[in-house]
Amino acid sequence: MTDLNAAVAAAALGSEERFRALLRSVVEVARAIFAAKASSILLLDEDSNELVFEAVVGGGEDGLLGKRFPAGTGVAGWVLATRTPLVIEDVARDPRFAKDVAEDTGYVPQGLMAVPLLHEERALGVLEVLDRQSRFALEEMELLGLFASQAAIGLDLLRGARTAQAALAGEGQLAVVARLADAVGVLDEETRPDAQRLLEALEAVLGHK
Amino acid sequence: MSELPAWSLPAGAAGEIALESDWPAEMTRDWAWGGSTGKGVRVCILDSGVDAFHPRIGHVESAVAVSKDEDGAAFVANDIEGDVCGHGTACAGIVRALAPDAEIHSVRVLGPGFTGGGSILLYGLRYAIEQGFDVINVSLSTTKKDYAAVLHELADSAYFRRTVLVASAHNMPVESYPWRFSSVISVGSHEEDDPMTLYYNPNPPVEFFAKGVNVEVAWMGGEVLTASGNSFATPHVSAICALVRSKHPELTPFQLKSVLHLTSSNVGGNR
Repeated sequence: MTDLNAAVAAAALGSEERFRALLRSVVEVARAIFAAKASSILLLDEDSNELVFEAVVGGGEDGLLGKRFPAGTGVAGWVLATRTPLVIEDVARDPRFAKDVAEDTGYVPQGLMAVPLLHEERALGVLEVLDRQSRFALEEMELLGLFASQAAIGLDLLRGARTAQAALAGEGQLAVVARLADAVGVLDEETRPDAQRLLEALEAVLGHK
Repeated sequence: MSELPAWSLPAGAAGEIALESDWPAEMTRDWAWGGSTGKGVRVCILDSGVDAFHPRIGHVESAVAVSKDEDGAAFVANDIEGDVCGHGTACAGIVRALAPDAEIHSVRVLGPGFTGGGSILLYGLRYAIEQGFDVINVSLSTTKKDYAAVLHELADSAYFRRTVLVASAHNMPVESYPWRFSSVISVGSHEEDDPMTLYYNPNPPVEFFAKGVNVEVAWMGGEVLTASGNSFATPHVSAICALVRSKHPELTPFQLKSVLHLTSSNVGGNR
C-alpha cells in the first residue's frame, strides 16, 4: 500500500464499525442520562428522503432497526423537518404512532422526547428518548439539546469517514481519487516525479494553488 | 394638497397624520383583551396541517398545502389531507381554546418526503403573508442560512402589512430562523399552568415566554394528549394576539408587541 493510499485508508478504515459504535453509544448514554426505558436514533437517508432507525436500545430493537418511513410525516418527521424538539407524554394516544410501533415491536411507549440532530445547517436525523421516569421539566430539554448537539458533531465527523470509505471501495463519486492514489503508488522512481507534476498541474487547474 | 410622501414629514404636515388613540394611561389585561373572543381575526397555522374534524377544532376556514411539482417548483393547492403529524392540530386547538371565535386557516408545509430544506417553508410563509392574515403562527424554523435573508425580508414585509408573525424560539445551541428577527414576536416556554400568563424576556432574542410545558393538546385521530416544547408556547401568544387584535383592530404589530410587554406578568400583567 502506498503512502497516499494508506493516508486515505487510515481516515476511513473501520469507519462503518465506528459509526455503529457511536450510534449505539449515543442511545445508551441518552437512555442513562434521562433514566429512560429506551432510546433510538433515526437518520435521514437523503437519497430516498426517508428516516431510518439506525440505533435502538431498550425496546423493539429487532423490529425497528432498519425500518424506514417517509420524512415529513409523524412525530420524528415533524422534528426533523422543523428542526424543533418535541416532548409528548402520552404518545400511545397518537393513533399512527401506536399502530406502527406496536405492529413492529409489541412495545408501545407512553412518553417520548424527540430532538433533531443538527450540525451547522444540516439535519442529520432525530434522537428519541422513550419512557423517562421523571415528569418533563425545561431543564431536561436544555440537557437534551446539548447532548444532541454533541452527538450530531460526532455523527457528522463519522459520516465524512464513511464517504471516504465508500470512495476507497469504489462506490462513491470520489472513487476516482482512490484509483488515482493506487495508480501513482505503483509507479517507479523514474516516472513518479512526472506523475507528481501532473497532479500539481491538475490542482492548479482546479484553482487550489 | 398633494398626498403626503411616506418617507418624510414636511413642516406643518403633522396635522395630516394625526391619529386617534384610545391607548390607556395604564395598560391592563382588561383593556387589552377583556371580553374579546377573537371574532373577526384570521389566524393562520403554518405547520403540518389541521384536522378540521377534531372536536377541539370544530371548523377550519381554509386549508392549503405547499408541495413541489416534478421540476421542483413549489405550488399551493387545496389541502384534503388534514394533518400529517398532529402538531398543526395541537397548535390550532390552543388558539381555538383561548380565542374561540377567531378564524383558523391552515397552510401545510409538511408532507411525505419533506425534510425541511426551507424552500417549502419559505413559499408557505410568503403565501400566508400575501393572504393578509392577521396572525401567522410559525411553530417551526429552518437552519438554512441561504434562506435567512429572504425570510428576514418576508418578516419585515409582514410587519409593515400589519400581519403579526409569532414564531417559536429554538431551545438548542443552533442558529435558526425566522424567530431571531426583531420584526416577529418570538416565544419560548415557561413552566407555569396559566395559559394567559406571559413573561417578557429582558435578554432577547427570545422576547416572550408562554405556557409550553405539559400542555393538553388536540392531536390526530380526535385524540388529546400532553405535550411540551416552545412550539406549543407559541400558539398561546398567537391566541392572545388574536384577542387583542379583535378588540383593537387598529393596533400595528409594533403596538401589539408593546401591549404584550405591558401585560406581561413581570412588567404589569397582574393589573
